Amino acid sequence: MINIPSTVKISFKALMGNKMRSILTMLGIIIGVGAVITMLAVGNGAQEQISAQIASMGSNLLMVLPGASTSGGVRMGMGTQLTLTYNDVEGIRKEISSVQAAAPILNGVAQIVYGNQNWSTGVIGTTPSMLEVRDWGVSSGRPFTEEDVRNASKVALMGATVVNNLFRNISPVGQMVRIKNIPFTVIGVLEEKGQSPNGQDQDDTIYIPVTTAQKKLFGTSFPGMIRIAMVKAKSPEDLPVAEKQITEYLRQKHHIGPKQEDDFSVRNLTQMMQAAEQSTRIMTLLLGSVASISLLVGGIGIMNIMLVSVTERTREIGIRMAVGAQTWDIRLQFLIEALCLSLAGGVIGILLGVSGSAAIASLAGWSTTISPIAILIAFSFSGLVGIFFGYYPAYKASLLSPIEALRHE
Amino acid sequence: MALIEVRDLTKTYHLGEATVHALDHITLRCEKGEFIAVMGPSGSGKSTFMNVIGCLDKPDSGEYLLDEIDVRRLNRDELAAIRNREIGFVFQGFNLLPRTTALENVELPMLYNGLQAKERREKALLALQKVGLSGREHHTPTQLSGGQQQRVAIARALVNDAPIILADEPTGNLDTRTSNEIMDLFVKLNTESKITIILVTHELDIAKFSRRVIKFVDGRVVSDGPGVGA
Repeated sequence: MINIPSTVKISFKALMGNKMRSILTMLGIIIGVGAVITMLAVGNGAQEQISAQIASMGSNLLMVLPGASTSGGVRMGMGTQLTLTYNDVEGIRKEISSVQAAAPILNGVAQIVYGNQNWSTGVIGTTPSMLEVRDWGVSSGRPFTEEDVRNASKVALMGATVVNNLFRNISPVGQMVRIKNIPFTVIGVLEEKGQSPNGQDQDDTIYIPVTTAQKKLFGTSFPGMIRIAMVKAKSPEDLPVAEKQITEYLRQKHHIGPKQEDDFSVRNLTQMMQAAEQSTRIMTLLLGSVASISLLVGGIGIMNIMLVSVTERTREIGIRMAVGAQTWDIRLQFLIEALCLSLAGGVIGILLGVSGSAAIASLAGWSTTISPIAILIAFSFSGLVGIFFGYYPAYKASLLSPIEALRHE
Repeated sequence: MALIEVRDLTKTYHLGEATVHALDHITLRCEKGEFIAVMGPSGSGKSTFMNVIGCLDKPDSGEYLLDEIDVRRLNRDELAAIRNREIGFVFQGFNLLPRTTALENVELPMLYNGLQAKERREKALLALQKVGLSGREHHTPTQLSGGQQQRVAIARALVNDAPIILADEPTGNLDTRTSNEIMDLFVKLNTESKITIILVTHELDIAKFSRRVIKFVDGRVVSDGPGVGA
């Protein structure tokens, strides 16, 4: 027959009767919970930033690079021998089952002129598949088509940064720009994407048909030459399959014998990015666990104060037992006191953590993300700390002998 | 049918080398409505006797039937329930909760038997009225005189309608005039409310108020007979 509301009232009264001590005891939990929430917010913020960058790059990406050339025994490094062709990329796109899209890249830096404005940027020759590979859309105008590629049309898709630098208030679509003095029609503007994972401005670019780049802009050292192929697998699970299939396909297509080395290499971009994400996740975990230690220390503070409180109030416990308090009446009374301390500390700690991460965001300029789950975990953890560290003093109190307790001075 | 019946009660303490027989084969009966004074020099076992009767302590051996319940078979929580229901305690040092009003002190036993807040309040107010403390409900122990504090304690003992009040030197800390007032209150509760009262004292003046006096020496009952007040 435990009277919960009265027990809560008794506990509350005891806490209010000793305000300074209660506040100091709570301080440990406040700081602990606040630290956990702030640290997780900082970690999650970093993680989300990286995830957003990965998403902006496109998902399930593979990159195929031409192989290293060997001239007189000197290996020249990856990409020095341009063995990949547009034809290879089209083959990968059409014939490999695990591939959703594939696009070539033949790029170079060129000066773009519009009226009296000019801007130097990376020009990428590619195919319409590129937009699918990179999960990219156009914000105005239209993307170029297969036909544009076939005809080597002089059309260009512009990134937002290029548009901002060349066109002030004019809509670029339909305008004529000169790239290396060759006139191109701007047919569309790419959606804004922001920074890439390695800090490049992804919007500072121009897409043109790969054939146009080959024939009119950069030239080729052999027919159909490209620099890189970007491949999008159908799903994350398909990535390793695609990697293997592409290797087999290209070895066969390039007539590479069983003992010869590949003249290309396949890189899993998504995997590389996930590794970066993984490392921030570990950092978050590390920060969180360091902060949890302070929560633990706060819990020990509660236990300490509760033990003192039990000793101080031994006589009170004796009186309560004499008038009929049972084991769990006493135990709950002290347990609720510990729980009140830790939960109130938890709530204040959450407020502190939320404002702390807001302060970090505005002062240090880091992006912080407070997840409701972190708050929930911190709060329930503080509750658990209260129960865990409050139980022993409560247990001790409930096992006192009534006469001994009554005799206690 | 006796309210309290003890048979061959023994309790031994070991203090270093010495063995103290606090209770040495005590056999006693106490009927409903009795007013008993337990007397004896300190160390005679009278306090141990009261603790055992009050279910605060367990005897080493012997039988104890309280209202026909074999108390020795009860566990900790069942003993607590018995104390709550059957016994009101009045101590020499009052044993009120500090920084707690008279009303809340009187409500204390009812926190442990599931009464609702409203009912608790009503019964506590009534009990305080019975001991003549109307108007002091919201005073804390430090704001009350010794006699008034003891009245609060008596109200607390009464509030659950326990049939027995055990008082351990209830006037030990009070002056003669206040002591007599408190004893008058006990007499009134005994005669009017038919509450069985057992009180420990070593003052003959106090024992005079009772109708039966039991004397303890060295853990044994050396005399048991009608008191002066009978």
